[in-house]
Amino acid sequence: MRIRTAGVVAAMGLALAGAGCGSDSPSAEPSASAGAGGSLMIWADDKRTAALKPLVAKFGQELGVTIEVQAVSEELMPKFVTASQAGNPPDIMIGAHDWIGNLVQNGTIDPIQLTEAQRGAFAEIAIRGVTFNGQVQGVPYAVENLALFRNTELAPKAPGTLEELVATGKQIKQSGKATEILSMPVGQTGDAYHMYPLYTSGGGYLFGTKPDGGYDPKDVGVGNPASIAAFEKIRKLGEKGDGALKRSIGHENALSLFTGKKAPFMISGPWSIGDVKKAGISYEIEPIPGFAGGQPAQPFVGVQAFYVASKGKNKAIAQEFVANYVTKPELAKVLYDAEPRPPALTAAFDQVKGTDPDVVKIMDAGKGGAIMPAIPEMANVWDPFGKASAAIVGGAVVPSTVTAAGKSIKDKIK
Amino acid sequence: MAEKTATLPEDRAGREVSQETPRPPRSVGLGGQIGKTTALAVTIALAVWAAFPLIERRLWVGLAIEVGVVAVVCYVYLSPRRVPMKYLLPGTLLLIAFQVVPVLYTVGTAVTNFGDGHRGSKDEAIIAIQTSSVSRVPGSTEYALSVATRGVPASDPLLFLLVDPAGAAFVGDSAGLRPLSGATVAGGRITAAEGYNLLGIGQSAARGAEITAFTVPTDRGAIRAQGISGAYEGQAGQLYDAGCDCVREAATGRQWRADDAEGAFVNEAGERLVQGWRVNVGLANFTRVVTDPTIAGPFAGILVWNLAFAAASALGTFALGLLCALALHSPRLRGRRIYQVLLILPYAMPSFAMLLIWRDIFNTDFGLLNRMLDLNVDWFGGTWSARVAVILVQLWLGYPYMFLVATGALQAIPKEVGEAAEMDGAGPWQRFRRVTLPLLLVALSPLLISSFAFNFNNFTAVYLTTEGAPFPADNSSAGGTDLLITYMFRLAFDAQGAQYGFAAAISVVIFTIVAIISAVTFRRTRAQEEVYS
Repeated sequence: MRIRTAGVVAAMGLALAGAGCGSDSPSAEPSASAGAGGSLMIWADDKRTAALKPLVAKFGQELGVTIEVQAVSEELMPKFVTASQAGNPPDIMIGAHDWIGNLVQNGTIDPIQLTEAQRGAFAEIAIRGVTFNGQVQGVPYAVENLALFRNTELAPKAPGTLEELVATGKQIKQSGKATEILSMPVGQTGDAYHMYPLYTSGGGYLFGTKPDGGYDPKDVGVGNPASIAAFEKIRKLGEKGDGALKRSIGHENALSLFTGKKAPFMISGPWSIGDVKKAGISYEIEPIPGFAGGQPAQPFVGVQAFYVASKGKNKAIAQEFVANYVTKPELAKVLYDAEPRPPALTAAFDQVKGTDPDVVKIMDAGKGGAIMPAIPEMANVWDPFGKASAAIVGGAVVPSTVTAAGKSIKDKIK
Repeated sequence: MAEKTATLPEDRAGREVSQETPRPPRSVGLGGQIGKTTALAVTIALAVWAAFPLIERRLWVGLAIEVGVVAVVCYVYLSPRRVPMKYLLPGTLLLIAFQVVPVLYTVGTAVTNFGDGHRGSKDEAIIAIQTSSVSRVPGSTEYALSVATRGVPASDPLLFLLVDPAGAAFVGDSAGLRPLSGATVAGGRITAAEGYNLLGIGQSAARGAEITAFTVPTDRGAIRAQGISGAYEGQAGQLYDAGCDCVREAATGRQWRADDAEGAFVNEAGERLVQGWRVNVGLANFTRVVTDPTIAGPFAGILVWNLAFAAASALGTFALGLLCALALHSPRLRGRRIYQVLLILPYAMPSFAMLLIWRDIFNTDFGLLNRMLDLNVDWFGGTWSARVAVILVQLWLGYPYMFLVATGALQAIPKEVGEAAEMDGAGPWQRFRRVTLPLLLVALSPLLISSFAFNFNNFTAVYLTTEGAPFPADNSSAGGTDLLITYMFRLAFDAQGAQYGFAAAISVVIFTIVAIISAVTFRRTRAQEEVYS
């Protein structure tokens, strides 16, 4: 008995020791090596992966390389940066343009030299979005921005101003047809992205612009008198005022309030169109109205783009694919079918336009929009700005809150 | 499993042998031998498998460690002697691999500026700066590219065969650009040329790195490939100069000097280039915890709340769990099983999902709680209501575990002890207070301490419910329900991208706090155990 136990213990010990050995060599994962005809690895999120797979196989055949698309459902950007640092990144990554600042400061992507003709095929704002340090850092395929969704059954008339929107909403609420005026995610910690159109309409800005059109991290607009005035207007819409903005509405319930017909208006982007359609409500998409007598409400315009990893194993082929295939309308169309965001390629947009009027309306709502800052300094803005806006919606005193947020942003930028 | 059953008869035989001989201990049965040999073989096979990537990447230190570990394992297990080591070795190796190495790595990272913008070496930063500054010379020609060689496509030196938009053909190599005659141009590209072999896509892919690095010098810069079918005349805007250890911008003459203390190129105005590198910053990350007013200010308040949260969670769940266990311990109760199963249910649900559901339950306008009780409490809006809410959620999530262990411990207490107390005239409360509870605590206090330590760092409990809210209007980094771990996570990862060095320093601080508290409590429990035993 004793001997057998000893044997089992020894075997188990050895197996465990084996595991221990493995962990001593953390870089033991097999390195991706290029096949005979070359291979490309693309990282994207789930939705895009599913859409890309069949198409990419076709392009791969044309190009004579094997293209693999791998879904990275969460934390795509940090994972890409970490993989780059370890020397094992995919060749191409697909993601939002406001990641560019961080991608560049970590030296993980290479600029792409598009020809004049290729550049000209894209919407101007899309190219502006992916331009950082004067270089095009990725090839855009879609643009997106916020718009106002209106339930036409509850609110048949488009509001010209935010004040009109609130008045209509209040009427509908009083008549008992809905319980909310507006569905816009604020949450306990705030949402700078959704708040931005109201903030700009009130006269505020985040960063000033440099002569070359880029954002100037030295000129922070949060905390200046205009930003305080803007937040005073936002406070009036909040819990201590009209009750159009509430911290109890966050990302988890904003969409369901609108699709459940509990709110006649919603501020959201093209990603919500699918669900709104499915809910079977009659809806209209319009530009977000501004405050009466104020500035126009500018939504952020975001760009989705393909990036070439600077430490990728097959950079030449990756550049070839991104510059010559992503610039084809076919690919943009397939990505559009997976999720209806307006294509960045003018030709693809024109194709889609005829069949999907919503996409045109979203694009129209983003006409006056501001390109979302891609500078690394923007990372310092989201959190303080969002939380200050949540506090103000909850009824906090405006000047001190905004001044403190501005100070905290400036302290971190230095 | 199959192997184990197969070894059984052999083992029996082995035991018989050992029974015949007067000195049994060292003769190992055949089954044992086979098991041992297999395990050692697997270990060595794993080691060989792991060695190849190490050699490929020239990680000699890692390889040396691996060889050393395998040698020690073989040394210990191939001999019939060294019995104590046989038992100690696996545990020791695991301890080193999963406890000591991470702690050392964390401490090592804590003294660097490792993080976004400071991830790699200085050389990598320089390469990144130079490559990202290469841009197309304004007004220059865009060429259609065919990559070629004069000889064997797979190995001979590369050449660029170029066609400009006007249709003129050129050949380019390290000597420069020359007109090319005798080339067949189709569709704007050279498809064949006398004396040249064009590379196919597969061949281009195989030599991709060379193509990317290939340049044809021109007056204003160099012609570089963009992909494998296009080329442009580019110019590096910023170049590193080893002489002054600085980066110089060609067009403007501006300079950024390397600052090896900061790990960044900085110009006279104090502006930095975004690409930095990893340097040792000494204790700067630790001093930042103490000196930075945005950190040092709220630190004490958060620590107090954190201790209160951990204590309330541990003791609250214990009290509630014990209460349920005592209630269900009575043999007179009918349907005990059903109650027990119902009580364990919250424990069986994934806490991730439950935390999110609880967050929605506490929602002011749409939450179940306010609606059911017809309240209008802004739960997560006020500091104290948010704290109460967070503890309530923890109570719900945690008490089934305490109920389970308390039930087990109660069953282990002999009935006689209680009966003896009853004979001595003790009432039910006295029996519980003087007999049952002390005996329970002897068994359960280590669990209470571990529960405290776990809740001290219970990141998800806060992050998935309140995210630390409510935040004071003037400080967005320290919220009312923030634990040290969520607060530090926000400081290290939310604001300026990931700052691993700083995060590691904070981990060391939190680790120290928890270690001190645990050590003190363990010492006190040991004293208590001595009293009761």
